Amino acid sequence: MTVTLTVNGADHALEVDPSTPLLYVLRDDLELNGAKYGCGLGQCGACTVHIDGKPAFSCLTPVGAVAGRRIRTVEGLGSAEAPGLLQQAFEKEQAAQCGYCIAGMIMRAQALLDRVPDPDEAQIRAHMQTNLCRCGTHMRILRAVRRAVAMRKGVQAAQEVRP
Amino acid sequence: MKRTRWAGRAMGRWAVAGALASLAGVGAFLGIAYRSDLPAVPTPKAADFPPELVSRGAALATIGDCIVCHTADGGVAYAGGRALATPFGTLYSTNITPDPEGGIGGWSKEAFKRAMRDGVSRDGRHLYPALPYDHYRRVHDGDLDAIYAFLMTRPTASAPAKANDLIFPLGFRPLLAGWKLLFLHQEEFTPRPDRDAEWNRGAYLAEGLGHCSGCHSPRNLAGAEETGDSAYSGGVAEGWVAPALNGSSPAAIPWMADSLFTYLRTGIDGRHGAAAGPMGPVVHGLSRAPEADVRAIATYIASLSADRPRAAPKTPSPPDRTAEAAKASPAGATLFAGACAGCHESGAPMMTQGRPGLSTVTALQLDRPDNAIRAILQGIHAPTGPAGPAMPPFAASLTDAQVADLAAYLRSRFSDRPAWTSLETAAATVRKEDSQP
Repeated sequence: MTVTLTVNGADHALEVDPSTPLLYVLRDDLELNGAKYGCGLGQCGACTVHIDGKPAFSCLTPVGAVAGRRIRTVEGLGSAEAPGLLQQAFEKEQAAQCGYCIAGMIMRAQALLDRVPDPDEAQIRAHMQTNLCRCGTHMRILRAVRRAVAMRKGVQAAQEVRP
Repeated sequence: MKRTRWAGRAMGRWAVAGALASLAGVGAFLGIAYRSDLPAVPTPKAADFPPELVSRGAALATIGDCIVCHTADGGVAYAGGRALATPFGTLYSTNITPDPEGGIGGWSKEAFKRAMRDGVSRDGRHLYPALPYDHYRRVHDGDLDAIYAFLMTRPTASAPAKANDLIFPLGFRPLLAGWKLLFLHQEEFTPRPDRDAEWNRGAYLAEGLGHCSGCHSPRNLAGAEETGDSAYSGGVAEGWVAPALNGSSPAAIPWMADSLFTYLRTGIDGRHGAAAGPMGPVVHGLSRAPEADVRAIATYIASLSADRPRAAPKTPSPPDRTAEAAKASPAGATLFAGACAGCHESGAPMMTQGRPGLSTVTALQLDRPDNAIRAILQGIHAPTGPAGPAMPPFAASLTDAQVADLAAYLRSRFSDRPAWTSLETAAATVRKEDSQP
């Protein structure tokens, strides 16, 4: 069966069993290897991507369910050369230890920043609660999210100053 | 002429009599409705209460689940402010910490007991029956003393009460006196001599503090619980169906005391499924309550459905018709394979750990699809803590039409009951509620 996926703004027509998890298609067919297979049970969040702007576990999302919907992965936020805001913040805070959970963490955090311009600590913690880091760098991850919020405010302030 | 005058005078008399009668009626009503305020007392000190009494009160308050309604999301325990949606509008729970201003710090033991039994605040105002005083009337005096001791030794919070938002004219509290006249007749629990001590303990806790039938019984138009044969025939709680616990229980496998105990204690039973929705906080409390009390409640609740026919059902084991369901709902079968099978298909890692198969899960046997749809969209939050049963939410990955396809597939595969209808509308309704703040 042909499934058309819209990933990071680009359309892809794929010959695929519609019950295949989106994660497998992203990694194996589209070679977008940011999202990771962690638990396969929707319990860890390493596979988090956005579907129509909302964070979802791609390991439990049948690819047939997301045909024609907007999918965004960590690769859509920036590249190694031009990293996005959260990517820069995670790098600055050295939030990754082994790095396996980070793509999911960043996508989870991005969903919050898209919805809430200036989240408070409680909002950040409640929102990030579904994602796990087995190395235990949660405190650095939280710092990175806070840094991204501050950076964005700084960027906005700079833009506002400009004539 | 004379006749007319007489008739006129008679009419006048009737009018006067009628006016007097209605005045008397209003007077009598106000007489019933009027409750005096009880004097404020200095807030008792924690040292006034023996520790044994406080800890007994803690156990009883846990079974009563006071904390669930009387704590706002992320708020201070017992400081109130939680919105309680009712068919009559939104009520906000009150602060029951011993704060003298916002809370019950100025309440004497008598004032506390009057509130618990008669639904009257210390200042004489009638309280709405969202506080289940119809159940608390059954509680023994000594147990109310213990709960009073427990509440009076909690940390104070100065949260003032939030204004309720009720449909007209229910904001006028004296009307509650009429409600009480009609529905508040419960008496202190008396044990049944033909039952053993454990059953009686369970009945006392379930009918009193536990107020199980508050959700598991239907309510009449005035919001009072239906009794008699209708008691425990199922109700609604926060949009979830609270399944029947009496002989009409839809459980695929009848509930027995042992499985109920496991369910109430751990949030999941291998033959019935996991606690979800408003049952989650109930299990959270009971997982910490005295074990013997939870066993007693299980014994009593299991006895309610003891009259349910236990003869072999039409199919010897709960249904699991893969091929038929795939034919009836091919789209649902595809979604199940990609979204659900990793945990719920036979042989999946979760299933080898003794988790219940979907054909035994009550949500798929109910007349209404609400619980199944809510579990799919919202997931299940582990009620007893991180190690408890949990399910991820699918609201972001599945559309309403896909949730409908999936629910139709689940129903036809795992239940012998008639297909659900209007599934997409039901999914849209749940999603809309969720998106509200």
